[in-house]
Amino acid sequence: MTLLETSVRLLPAVGMFTWAWTMIAVPLAVAAFLLLAGKVADRWGHFVAVGAVVYSFSIAACLFAEMVGMAPDHRAVDAPLYTWFKVGVWEFPVGFQIDQLSILFALLITGVGSLIHVYSIGYMAHDERRRRFFAYLNLFVAAMLTLVLADNYLLLFVGWEGVGLASYLLIGFWQHKPSAAAAGNKAFIMNRVGDLGMIFAIGSFLAQVGTVRFDAVNSMIGAVDSGWATAIGLFLLLAACGKSAQFPLQGWLLDAMEGPTPVSALIHAATMVTAGVYLIVRSHAVYEHTPFASMAVVIIGTVTLLLGAWIGSSKDDIKKVLAGSTMSQIGYMILAAGIGGPALALAIFHLLTHGFFKANMFLGAGSVMHAMDDDVNMRHYGALRKELPITHATFLMGYMAIIGVPGWAGYFSKDLIIDAAVEFRWFIGALAIAGAGITAFYMTRLMFMTWWGKARWRPGVHPHESPKVMTWPLVILAFFSVVGGMLMFWWIQTWLQPLLGYHETMPFEPFTSLPGWATLAVVVLGVVLGWYTFGRPEVTIPIEAPKANAFVTMGRNDAYADAIMDVAVVQPYAALGRGIVGADAHLVDAGFMGMGTLLQGVSESLRKLQTGYVRTYALTMTAGVLLVGLVMILSRMG
Amino acid sequence: MNTATAPVIEYVALMPILILLGAACIGILVEAFLPRHHRFHTQLVIVGAAIVGAFIRLIANWRQGRSGIMAMGSLTLDGPTYVMWSGLLVFGLLAVLVFAERKANGGVTTFAASAATTPGSKAEATASAARIEHTEIFPLFLFSLAGMMLFLAANDMLTLFVALEVFSLPLYLMCGMARRRRLLSQEAALKYFLLGAFSSAFFLFGVALVYGYTGSFTFGDIAIAVTLPTQGRGLLITGLALMVVGVLFKIGAVPFHNWTPDVYVGAPTPVTGFMAICTKAAASMALLRLLYTAFGGERWSWQPVLMVIAILTMLLGAVFGLTQTDVKRLLAYSSVAHAGFILTAVVGAQGIVATGQLTSVGAVMFYLIAYGFATIGAFAIVTLVRRSGGETNAMDDWAGLGRRSPVLAGIFSFFLLSFAGIPLTAGFIGKWAAFESAWRGGYKWLVVVAVIASLIAAFFYLKLIMIMWFQPPAEGVEVAVPSALTWVPIIVGALATLLLGVAPGLLLDVVSTADVFLR
Repeated sequence: MTLLETSVRLLPAVGMFTWAWTMIAVPLAVAAFLLLAGKVADRWGHFVAVGAVVYSFSIAACLFAEMVGMAPDHRAVDAPLYTWFKVGVWEFPVGFQIDQLSILFALLITGVGSLIHVYSIGYMAHDERRRRFFAYLNLFVAAMLTLVLADNYLLLFVGWEGVGLASYLLIGFWQHKPSAAAAGNKAFIMNRVGDLGMIFAIGSFLAQVGTVRFDAVNSMIGAVDSGWATAIGLFLLLAACGKSAQFPLQGWLLDAMEGPTPVSALIHAATMVTAGVYLIVRSHAVYEHTPFASMAVVIIGTVTLLLGAWIGSSKDDIKKVLAGSTMSQIGYMILAAGIGGPALALAIFHLLTHGFFKANMFLGAGSVMHAMDDDVNMRHYGALRKELPITHATFLMGYMAIIGVPGWAGYFSKDLIIDAAVEFRWFIGALAIAGAGITAFYMTRLMFMTWWGKARWRPGVHPHESPKVMTWPLVILAFFSVVGGMLMFWWIQTWLQPLLGYHETMPFEPFTSLPGWATLAVVVLGVVLGWYTFGRPEVTIPIEAPKANAFVTMGRNDAYADAIMDVAVVQPYAALGRGIVGADAHLVDAGFMGMGTLLQGVSESLRKLQTGYVRTYALTMTAGVLLVGLVMILSRMG
Repeated sequence: MNTATAPVIEYVALMPILILLGAACIGILVEAFLPRHHRFHTQLVIVGAAIVGAFIRLIANWRQGRSGIMAMGSLTLDGPTYVMWSGLLVFGLLAVLVFAERKANGGVTTFAASAATTPGSKAEATASAARIEHTEIFPLFLFSLAGMMLFLAANDMLTLFVALEVFSLPLYLMCGMARRRRLLSQEAALKYFLLGAFSSAFFLFGVALVYGYTGSFTFGDIAIAVTLPTQGRGLLITGLALMVVGVLFKIGAVPFHNWTPDVYVGAPTPVTGFMAICTKAAASMALLRLLYTAFGGERWSWQPVLMVIAILTMLLGAVFGLTQTDVKRLLAYSSVAHAGFILTAVVGAQGIVATGQLTSVGAVMFYLIAYGFATIGAFAIVTLVRRSGGETNAMDDWAGLGRRSPVLAGIFSFFLLSFAGIPLTAGFIGKWAAFESAWRGGYKWLVVVAVIASLIAAFFYLKLIMIMWFQPPAEGVEVAVPSALTWVPIIVGALATLLLGVAPGLLLDVVSTADVFLR
């Protein structure tokens, strides 16, 4: 039984571990302080915020170092804080589980978080509400740490809601933009749908297992009826879909790009959106009992990794391309988490490398926007390589990491997932490989439209490199985008084994396996296609997005091939992408909003009963008395 | 044999109520004999001293363990009485502080200068110009508060009825005393009075029928009579139904809720705040005591009824709330929905439980206290949003409050989150306790309905939060700067809501040791 193997024995916290809670408390206190301090803290408040995150990072790093020094079975530690409340037979503790999984997350959140805090000093320098921005960022860090360090589902849910709140506040941070406020709302509503899954899952745990603690749930889930296990698995998947922008709840992530770019980097690329992956990996014991729910996870992951890649190919807004790409990459992680077994560790591995290179590229995009007067349309970019050399170099590292150039971070983690997918079901593997090709295509498109080719700048725009406070975080993240994979691939699977089960580790066979070669070939194909469509010297990228009849207006000879390309590949592709985006906007949104509209309608018609006349009210009361009488008589008869 | 025994009254044990009633009488004498310009402060001191004094005596009695059936069998002092009396005194004190707010209203209270004058008449204008204030509101408030305390401790049907009237009559008057929008206020008072009288008639008729069947007024005797198999049970059942209707009216349960929105909107906001929590608390506890002690043997009759009422109340309250455009009306429907959640716990009827578990009484008490702090604070904030000097409740005017006054909007949002039952607020724990009580009572699907209703309700709370934070500020709206009298209830409400959400054990421990009714 893998069950018994995975039921982790938690040791009581000693030494440094008893201070783990301050990782959360310090940013939280600073957030409160900054919100309450008022204008006096405007000039120096952001430094306090940076300090708080750096503090959390140093604690996480120390804990990690201590854990490395311990025997593998003694690394998982439980640090209970106090009993939150006790109602009936159920008890809800507030406590933190610091183990191999949560410490990696804590390092990612605080590490990337620190860099993004530093970057934001420059990015938000001219924003008059900078203090508030940093307060929200700190709030986010505290909530995200609560999410990953919690030792039970209810406390996890508190963090879950907390990151939702912080994300909502930060997406809508520029409230003066109506689109920003609307985007905040959309994110909010879609996340509520996901929360429903979380609530149902917690309820089911209580009803079936009687506790919400991870260790107890993990060891007792085997006794639960398989129907319930499937239901719980699906509830958790729904929750994960909402938070991680997976199909069919993916729509909000594109709109969330209205927020300031550091927010997109921290929340909507590196950390919060990966919470769904964390949830599924954390609940792996549940999925071991339900092949059906596991398959659902795999399917959702696969659909999203293709969908996200499509969306990424059809957008002109640089941030939305990256957002589509984020969906797609999280799709890979969800896919791995659904496959389970040895692939669980790969989901976390890809999550970490993705955290580096996607944060890097988002911050790079922010640097570009900074240079281009906050224009996000790539059709107005081009040839920025010379003007922003540092950003270009760092972005290039991110690009090579995401498409999976051998040696770069993404290569290790994505190829392992593809291997696992091929081993799981060959067609899932094939789709995952196809996804890698599309990724190479749209990222190449992004590179050509933004960095290379001809300048299509709008008049009056004078691109310039960002200040050092912004470029240094980029350089550090670029460094990890390159070496992150090499640093981790040889130990991360065994590191997570005591927690996720002693499965055989996936061997890393770069140039010997067929899937490995196939992936490389598809990636090369994608890059070439991207170059052929957008990068050849004779191609001019129109400043306005081409209409469906674009090939008519295009030139004859040279552009002929281009036109065929356009008709045969780009247009259907873009149309499909647009179609998918449209279907998302109309069908899925309509479904969610429809429920609200229906209730509103019911409410409107019921309102007519509230006439304001005492006689009507008295009549209603009399009817009520009859109702009470009737129910009493009926219940006595029955 | 015509010797009448003198009634034995436990004066010390009943001192908290006696202090309030005595202070109310003194307040009336003050109105009669003191010059007008001295009255306000004198009344304020009397009310404050009375409530604090009553509270201290109450706690002392509690610690000395004075419990039992008092005053010749007409009142019960037991755990629930002590808990909810303390609750009522605290909420009463916080509410009356808002009554006394003058700074935010240009130096006068929010109560009519001369409630007897015709709205719009010359006499009214003269009274307003002379900056006259009605300080009778304070004795009225004390009478009402004392009536509520009696209501939830009453151990016989007559005391129950008298207490009902004692707390209702002053409330009718207080509702009609708004300084602004007087016609609306008077209409509300009249509606409340007419419908209240109507429901009292039902209640009294029910009392008569139950007396006819059992031959006794006291709960203990009724409980015994109920268990005896006798003919003519229809009398008992009808009487029970009518009494329940009378109390449900005060709680504001559907379909006896119609008055709530109109009265909440029309009444002066400080009175609405007082009414919203204290009436609900007193009536809920009285309903619990009536059903659990007197009619515990008939629970198979009343549980289905209350279940139907609870479902109607939760769903209608939540659905109605969706389309409201007025903040006070929204809070009124929210209060209706909350009545439904409380009834959910009542239906569970978990009387005897293992140690460490909460009875239904305990769950209801926690819910009421959690809801009370947020309610008092929320209505206190409602008094502060103004347009051209008068309070404005239109939601459109609340738009962008977050930018105009982030602290108040933040606290208000926090209260709304507590109403919605979001974790880390007191409301969450309250809902949890209430639903758990119904769940263990075997009403699992009622809990499912309750969860759905709370999700619907959450939607309109969140809508209001969005309006406050993500819409441009409305023109011509200002936020009044209040004195400490309004700030104290707001801050205390917010802190208590947070504290009970983060460390509910403080209160849960208290209610779980004092959650069984004495028979």
